[in-house]
Amino acid sequence: MSALKLYLDGIGLCGPGMAGWEASRAILAGSSALVLAPTVLPAAEALPSAERRRVGVPIKLSMAIGFEAVRHAGADAATLPAVFSSTDGDCDNCHAILETLASEDRQISPTRFHNSVHNAPSGYWGIATGCHAPSTSLCALDATFGAGLLEAATQALASQQPCLLLAYDTPFPEPLASLRPIPYPLGIALLLRPERSAASFASLSIALGDEAPDVCADATLEGLRQSIPTARALPLLQLLARGETGRVVIDYLHDLSLAIEVGA
Amino acid sequence: MHALRLSSYTLISALGAGLAPTLAALRAQRSGLARTHWETVDIDTCIGEVPGLDDFSVRSDLAQFDCRNNRLAQRALETDGFSQAVQAAIGRYGARRVGIFLGTSTSGILSSEVAYRQRDPETGALPADHDYHHTQNSYSIADFVRHYFALSGPAFAISTACSSSAKVFGSAQRMIAAGLIDAAIVGGVDSLCLTTLYGFNSLQLVSANACKPFDAHRDGISIGEAAAFILLERGEQAQPGDIVLSGVGESSDAHHMSSPHPEGLGARLAMQAALDMAGLAATDIDYINLHGTSTPSNDAAEDKGVSAVFGTQTPCSSTKGHTGHTLGAAGGAEAIICALALQHDFAPGGVGTTELDPRLASHYLLANLDAPMRHVLSNSFGFGGSNCSLILSKVTA
Repeated sequence: MSALKLYLDGIGLCGPGMAGWEASRAILAGSSALVLAPTVLPAAEALPSAERRRVGVPIKLSMAIGFEAVRHAGADAATLPAVFSSTDGDCDNCHAILETLASEDRQISPTRFHNSVHNAPSGYWGIATGCHAPSTSLCALDATFGAGLLEAATQALASQQPCLLLAYDTPFPEPLASLRPIPYPLGIALLLRPERSAASFASLSIALGDEAPDVCADATLEGLRQSIPTARALPLLQLLARGETGRVVIDYLHDLSLAIEVGA
Repeated sequence: MHALRLSSYTLISALGAGLAPTLAALRAQRSGLARTHWETVDIDTCIGEVPGLDDFSVRSDLAQFDCRNNRLAQRALETDGFSQAVQAAIGRYGARRVGIFLGTSTSGILSSEVAYRQRDPETGALPADHDYHHTQNSYSIADFVRHYFALSGPAFAISTACSSSAKVFGSAQRMIAAGLIDAAIVGGVDSLCLTTLYGFNSLQLVSANACKPFDAHRDGISIGEAAAFILLERGEQAQPGDIVLSGVGESSDAHHMSSPHPEGLGARLAMQAALDMAGLAATDIDYINLHGTSTPSNDAAEDKGVSAVFGTQTPCSSTKGHTGHTLGAAGGAEAIICALALQHDFAPGGVGTTELDPRLASHYLLANLDAPMRHVLSNSFGFGGSNCSLILSKVTA
């Protein structure tokens, strides 16, 4: 099978102790230690004020990473096809609806309901950017990052247009937190192109395989990698943060992984 | 693009289990909607329920996946020879070369809805046997099917509300074009749950009666459930009479979370993109299966979009009056209804609708239309302004 060849023009990152890609490069490159602190989520400034008040963690998180990657690439968000990839969607909102439905009064709020769809961040992103291009939203439990990367890569190759991947996960409150423990909100966005552009700073050659995924040498980063599906991408981000070329294997499904050759 | 062949497909909905009862119901213009009492729901409405799911469990080696959604899925996998067709494809290509891309909006959330009623009054904990991963998580349906067939290829669930199981066709097409896989199981499964019944009701989008798309007095949706599976393979081997996927068009409204663009802008972009991919003109389309939810705003916006692309002569109808709105399964279910229309050369007339809305311009069918069918288009639109149009075609000699 031939590998999927793409170019990387932009990265967005928001997670515990990591406020943006540029701000976190030293941590990812290993020259500075990660201090876990609650993820700082900027307000979703791009939304009209009526919408801004209604949005929860996933929308703030995806806006933060999406706009960072778009700025990094110097791209136009209004024309970019997008892939949103998240394992559980809006966990706070889901819990609130489940509590209401288990109560005496099942009347859930209409806003909570329309925000409960897995593609709510995609819908708000469209409203914020005025983008009519295709946008999808998917889930593959712990394999969600790899699934999103494959979808974004094949979207870019099939359409011969750039594609923005926005991968994010958020924690559940209890009682679902005990069953699905995700410690912090974390999001990673990648702006992929099928052809090299002036903004491209790395090439990615992605192949499906069954090698064991690489781990993070740093114990704190490795803890995140194992506990947040989006963080399965951290070994790739570490290589990119060091500005190196090389090969990295990231986790996908339990019997599949993605081997990625990073070139100049 | 190279068209993909629909080499096997099956559908279970309130119309019945499999293609034969579905075709019979379409031919008879019979609705599966009924005013019934389901679970503990106290909303006065009609629903499209698939009977018998409470008295059935998934295969014992997959017991951890047992929930209404996966039960419905297994029923469908075992209908119309679908699982045998998948096994044959695995034999041809290998377990890693068959992908799984399935749509769902609520997956097995009913299991968590019930579990939340049974929380420990002291600790708030959920019952010990509640399995979030294998039931509620959106991936559950794709994971279940992957385990059912012992597949080891790429898999994910698409959850873009009511366009979910249309968009999976696009994912499969791109994965096959990229050479990652040779075949894909696509479709979608959504089952009745409190979240959607009470949720759509909170938005005042649920009709108290059976829905009547494009009717002057339409007043909301009727919720249904369905499992639709399609096996897609490369189309080079397609024979005359085979059904192929010839176009997929996707777009975003960029307008509002729960209301369509009033001029049907996103719908128009999706329909045009599907025509462009198929290399067809609007006049080539013999029938349009509308999204046609029966809400005042959806049908008005879709009508504007359809009229803008097709004019007002192309026969069209919504089959939501037959099945109810099966949400994340609707795109897959209606693709199969389109395949039946192509195979049997008829366009299904809508049911439930008696008095067409004079403000709508489309050529909405109130009776079945027997006519040669070569290319048909199916629309699916979801919350968040997620739009997808599919074009299916019949291979001719």
